[in-house]
Amino acid sequence: MNTARSSLPRTAAAHAILLAYTVIALFPVMVIIINSFKSRNAIFRSPLTPPGPETFDLIGYTTVLSQGDFVGYFGNSLIVTVGSLFFVLLFGAMAAFALSEYRFRGNTLMGLYLALGIMIPIRLGTVAILQLMVASGLVNTLTALILVYTAQGLPLAVFILSEFMKQVSDDLKNAGRIDGLSEYRIFFRLVLPLVRPAMATVAVFTMIPIWNDLWFPLILAPSEETKTVTLGAQIFIGQFVTNWNAVLAALSLAILPVLVLYLIFSRQLIRGITSGAVK
Amino acid sequence: MAATPISTKRPIRWHILVLLAPAVLVYTAVMIIPLFGTLQLSLFRSVERVQTFVGFDNFRTLFGDPRWSVNFWNALWNNTWFFIIHMLVQNPIGILLAALLSSPKLRFSAFYRTAIFIPTILSFVIVGFVWKLILSPIWGVAPNLLDLVGLKSLFAPWLGKEEYALTTLGLISVWQFIGIPMMLIYAALLSIPDEVLEAAEMDGITGAAQFWKIKLPLILPSIGIISILTFVGNFNAFDLIYSAQGALAGPNFSTDILGTFLYRTFFGFQLQLGDPNMGAAIASMMFFIILTGVCIYLFAIQTRLRRYQF
Repeated sequence: MNTARSSLPRTAAAHAILLAYTVIALFPVMVIIINSFKSRNAIFRSPLTPPGPETFDLIGYTTVLSQGDFVGYFGNSLIVTVGSLFFVLLFGAMAAFALSEYRFRGNTLMGLYLALGIMIPIRLGTVAILQLMVASGLVNTLTALILVYTAQGLPLAVFILSEFMKQVSDDLKNAGRIDGLSEYRIFFRLVLPLVRPAMATVAVFTMIPIWNDLWFPLILAPSEETKTVTLGAQIFIGQFVTNWNAVLAALSLAILPVLVLYLIFSRQLIRGITSGAVK
Repeated sequence: MAATPISTKRPIRWHILVLLAPAVLVYTAVMIIPLFGTLQLSLFRSVERVQTFVGFDNFRTLFGDPRWSVNFWNALWNNTWFFIIHMLVQNPIGILLAALLSSPKLRFSAFYRTAIFIPTILSFVIVGFVWKLILSPIWGVAPNLLDLVGLKSLFAPWLGKEEYALTTLGLISVWQFIGIPMMLIYAALLSIPDEVLEAAEMDGITGAAQFWKIKLPLILPSIGIISILTFVGNFNAFDLIYSAQGALAGPNFSTDILGTFLYRTFFGFQLQLGDPNMGAAIASMMFFIILTGVCIYLFAIQTRLRRYQF
């Protein structure tokens, strides 16, 4: 039945285009990673060859690790990302459950109110957010970042999770009610485990922009103790701009954690997108 | 208590309140109130350190005073061009890649999907510097590559020339974000039922004709969504320009967009002092531009799109 759709030249052309684009997508990343392992001369003489026995050099990495506190930055990024993710998922799921499960006055309005944030970027409130954080003494703390990212992630989380929670069978929940479970236990014991795949999708979507954000760390928490990896790399590169070994190594170090996370979660991410949650 | 008339109504369902409260509180306190705070701040001006209400004076300055308006209109036009590049390059290529990926029995499609999405997960800092290095005339990766295909004469320091810099950055941004339209369209194409496609084949509509006549009309709602997402993302962009060109959005402000303009105005740079009120005015303009775009999409486009239920 599929013969009409898959003739040989057409398949070959499809592969050629996709392969060409894959090269475009990966080439810049490869160039950086390859060259970060080479000596300074080799970087300039032959940027496109992989490191060989004579050109292999870790000087860039030793500079980065001795000059910048990348372990600390990494820890900060991890705390901020995991912390925000936890609150986005918990608060988002709770609100999504309330909106999808119960009928009450103002339900639709509340849903719309929470969905507003999907379209209007939180960044536009920066001026007032900074004033708020100054007033509450939260400037240069990771708490400020966690608060902002939680607010930023909530709208999409509520939207996606409530779509999924509508699909959880009413019979199951009512059976729980008859067995005397409280509404909270129905939420935590019955519904949450069932929407775990949706939670994973939301987690991935929330995580990437938080990990990569430059704006809020730059404005709310630029001090040395609270720098995130993204901000740390930005500043480090600005200072070492002529030390190519160090710059390339810093870039590679910033790429690797996200890349590893992505490769671990990519199946989940793609399944999440294609399962219709975001359509 | 039991005698009060309230108790004859349905009891207050506290659990709804408890479940909603944390999300609504954080969202309202950190997002909605600051958003309105910014709008409000834009109506004030600091006169001898006292915030005084000045109505729409800040906006008048922004549009009319040549010291501000030149920068503002420049940033707005650059931002529009940035958006046009995305619409003309990113979305069509994204749709093409998705259409190719969704063809049945294509081998290695998981590999292509994963690889093409990789730039999207990288931070702007990485993307900005990676491309800055690759396009750098000092390092010579780009000239060497062009030399391989005999086009070395075409090379120019694209990020350093006023006439090319913004387009180059737009294309870099396209490179970074192409994964998003690709994935969303891919998902939409997969959700087209096989019966529809088989019926088309029975009628002799295959290949490219099938894409234009059957699939494209069915994925129009998704194309609408990626357009509005691109719009919001572009008019809110900052990070890429900042990490590749700095807050001054060089050369000579040719890559200045609203985000970098806002940053410079609010925090100041070099000789200019930061001005929270004018910053708030710019942020408010961005807010209205985005709101207008979203409203046009919601009321004019989305309601007219035909949706098909299978």
